[in-house]
Amino acid sequence: MVPLSSYLILSAIMFIIGSLGVVTRRNAIIVFLSIELMLNSVNLTLVAFSAFFGDATGQAIVFFVMTVAAAEAAVGLAIVIALFRRKQTVNLDEINIMKW
Amino acid sequence: MTLEEILFYIFAAGGILSALLVVTRRNPIISAIYLIVNFFCLAGMYLTLHAQFIAVIQILVYAGAIMVLFVFVIMLLNLGDERRLRDGFTWKKVVAGGLSFGVLMELIYIIIMPTGTPSIDMERATNIGTVEAVGQVLFTRFLFPFEVTSLLLTAAIVGAVILAKKNLD
Repeated sequence: MVPLSSYLILSAIMFIIGSLGVVTRRNAIIVFLSIELMLNSVNLTLVAFSAFFGDATGQAIVFFVMTVAAAEAAVGLAIVIALFRRKQTVNLDEINIMKW
Repeated sequence: MTLEEILFYIFAAGGILSALLVVTRRNPIISAIYLIVNFFCLAGMYLTLHAQFIAVIQILVYAGAIMVLFVFVIMLLNLGDERRLRDGFTWKKVVAGGLSFGVLMELIYIIIMPTGTPSIDMERATNIGTVEAVGQVLFTRFLFPFEVTSLLLTAAIVGAVILAKKNLD
């Protein structure tokens, strides 16, 4: 019998790995992949709570998280394409037109 | 050790390993493929938690649709030709690693704090993971958010088309 805390700790580890990817990598695509990783670790938390407390609400919320992730991926990748067309790079350090 | 525990540890090891590979590989396409491996590990874990619907959706929508979009864009941009993005070992990374480790320890401390530990009710868990049960909640309690979701997806499609167009004017 796997306790609930095991699932939560695994989810925390995966979330931290994802956030580490977001703050340390400079490639915009890999930053997006890390964000997907973080979204998925939160989904694991929701499903674990849903199963352990016997309530389907958590799984409905996972459904919404997946929808938001799909929308985010579509818009984010469109932004990456637009940036690449303009600056020929996906290096986040060189994308600083909004920096004052 | 029961089968459930063995499966949990296999999927957990696979998930953490593939997550680490996602954030450390240099080539984005290899990162994307390891992310797909990670999604499969998570889908297996959802199955051990009796969430069949979510497990299937995870593979169909995430590993199928969303990752195809990522791989497609990576190949479209042809990043292999671009000069190497230097991400060397800098003090920023050390600080980021230290902060992340701190947050992780805090989270684990909060999780293992002595509180009531619920135990899984197999029969009930099997019943709520079905398409029927999830659909029931989705179309009654969450009907309005469900409808708003369609608006969100429409806005995302229009936004993506506008943003990726050649001339923004």
